[in-house]
Amino acid sequence: MERYYQPEIECAPREEMIALQNERLVKQVKHVWDNVAYYRKKMEEKGVTPDDIKSIDDLHKLPFLTKSDLRDAYPYGLMGKPLKECVRIQSTSGTTGKRVVAFYTQHDIDLWEDCCARAIMAAGGTDEDVCQVSYGYGLFTGGPGLNGGSHKVGCLTIPTSSGNTERQIMFIQDLQATILCCTPSYAAYIGETMKEMGLTPDQIPLKAGIFGAEAWSEEMRQDIQNTLGIKAYDIYGLTELSGPGVSFECSAQTGMHINEDHFIAEIIDPDTGEVLPEGAQGELVFTAITKEAFPMMRYRTRDICRLSREKCPCGRTHVKMMKPKGRSDDMLIIRGVNVFPSQIETVLLNYGYPANYQIIVDRVNHTDTLDVHVEMTPEMFTDNLGEIAKRQKELVDGMRSMLGISPKVTLVAPKTIARSEGKAVRVIDKRKI
Amino acid sequence: MSVKQISVFLENKPGALMGMTDLLAASKIDMRALSLAEASDFGIARVIVDDVYAASDALKEAGFIYNITPVLGVCIPDEPGGLHQVLQVLNDAGANVEYMYAFLGGPSAEHAYMIFRVQDRKAAAAALRAKGIKVVDQEHISQL
Ligand SMILES: [Zn+2]
Repeated sequence: MERYYQPEIECAPREEMIALQNERLVKQVKHVWDNVAYYRKKMEEKGVTPDDIKSIDDLHKLPFLTKSDLRDAYPYGLMGKPLKECVRIQSTSGTTGKRVVAFYTQHDIDLWEDCCARAIMAAGGTDEDVCQVSYGYGLFTGGPGLNGGSHKVGCLTIPTSSGNTERQIMFIQDLQATILCCTPSYAAYIGETMKEMGLTPDQIPLKAGIFGAEAWSEEMRQDIQNTLGIKAYDIYGLTELSGPGVSFECSAQTGMHINEDHFIAEIIDPDTGEVLPEGAQGELVFTAITKEAFPMMRYRTRDICRLSREKCPCGRTHVKMMKPKGRSDDMLIIRGVNVFPSQIETVLLNYGYPANYQIIVDRVNHTDTLDVHVEMTPEMFTDNLGEIAKRQKELVDGMRSMLGISPKVTLVAPKTIARSEGKAVRVIDKRKI
Repeated sequence: MSVKQISVFLENKPGALMGMTDLLAASKIDMRALSLAEASDFGIARVIVDDVYAASDALKEAGFIYNITPVLGVCIPDEPGGLHQVLQVLNDAGANVEYMYAFLGGPSAEHAYMIFRVQDRKAAAAALRAKGIKVVDQEHISQL
C-alpha cells in the first residue's frame, strides 16, 4: 500500500497544481523584486517587471541564476529576508569561493522537512519505523534534512551522522533500524562491512534506504539492494534549493517526483538557454516558489536529465525527473554526441573494474578521437594475450553501446593516471577548436 | 611438478621492458628466459627466473601487475630431431599449446629447454615422461 505524507498535494490533479504554481510564482516574483536587489537588477537588464509574470507560461521571461551569480552575490546578496528573520544556514563543501551558503527562515526549514518527510513515506516509512540518519550532520544538508523529515513522519530517529561504521552497524542491529539514510557509496560500504561480518540480508533489520547527494547507477542500486536486503530509493536536492527532497523516488523506482508545489522544473538547452519541449533531455532549471530567505529563480543546476509526465503507478501526480546523467560542465561533445564521464564509469563498474580511468579527447584529421585509459588490475590480468584483448574488447563494446560512439580503450599500468590534490584527472581534452 | 613463469603487464611504451629488467637486475635476480607477447597497446613479458619469490616481491613492491603461471618445462633431448620429437608427443597427446618459447641452460648453456603453456599440463607431462623425455621443475631451473 502506497503511503503519502501530504496526499492532497502529492496526488493533486494537474490543473490544481498549475493553479497553485501560478499563484505562488506571481507572489514569489514580487517578493524577489521587492527584496533581492541583485535579481531585480537582472530583471531590469532583461526588461522584465513583475507585471510581465502572470502565470508559469511567463517563466521563460525571467533571467537565469547560475553558480557564478551565487559567487558574485556571496554571502548576503541573494537574500530575500533580513538576517534577523533567518534561523539557520547550511553550506556545501567546496573550496573557498565556491562554497554555497544558503539561508533559511523557520518557515523555509518547515517546508524543507515536509519534502523530506514525503520522501521517507514514499520509501514506506511510518511512525512505526526506526530511521537511522547516517548522512553527515552540520553544514551539509543531508543530515539535518532527513533528520527533520524523519521527525515529521514520527519515526524513531537515530542521528548517527556519518562515519564509525562499526557503531552504525551496532545501532542498526541493536535498535532494529528499518530505514537507512546516507550516500549510496556509504550504504554500499556499510553493506560490504556487514557481509564481511557474516551477516546475511535476512539478518539485517533494514527494509528501505534513502540514498542521495551523489550520482549512482542502476547497477549500484541492485548491489545495495541485494547486500542489505532492502529497497533503495534515490533522493535529489541542492543546497541552493534547500537540500535533499527537491525530488524523491516512489515505489515505482523509475524517476524522482519533483515537489512541484515548491519547485517548478524546466529543461533547457545548456548552450542556448532555450526551454526544451516536454520529454527532451537537457539542463535542469528550478524556480523555488515558496522559499523566503534564499529564493532561487530559474537556477541552473547544470544537471542533465529528462522529465516525464507519464502516469505513475504510485498515484503521485508530480512530474518525475530521471536520474541526472551528469553535470553539464562535465559534458563532452565528441563527434557531435554528448558524453559524460559518469557513463564511462558505469561501464567499468558493470564489468567489475574499479573506476580508475582517464578520458583523452583529441582531434585527428578533423575527426574527434576518444581514448579511455583504464588502469590494469590484478583481476583483469592473465598471462594470455588473447584473453586480455577479449576483455578489452568487451569494454569497448560496452562503452559503444552506452555512448553511441566507439572509443579506444588503452590499458595502462596501475597508479599512472595523473592525480592532482589526490583527485584523479578524469578528462584531458587536447582538441584545439 | 611445474616451472613457475612470472607474467608481467607492460605498457607499450619505450622503456617499459627495461624498467622491469632493471628492477630484476637490481634485485639480483637471474633471468633464465624471457619471452614477449605484444598487442597494439600493451604487452606481456613472460619470464623464468632463478628465485620466483624474490622476483615477485620486487615486482609487487614496485607496483607491477603480474601473476605466476605454472608452465611445463622440458629438457630437449640432445640429439637430431629432439624438439620435433617433443612436439610430436604433445601433438599425439592432444595437448593444446597456447604458447611456447625456448632457452639454453646448464653450466655452459649446453642444454636446450622449452617452456610450454598447455591446458592440461599434468597429462602433457605424463605423456612426455612415458616417451623418456625429461620434464623439469622450478627447482631444476633455479639450479641451472
Ligand atoms: Zn511514483
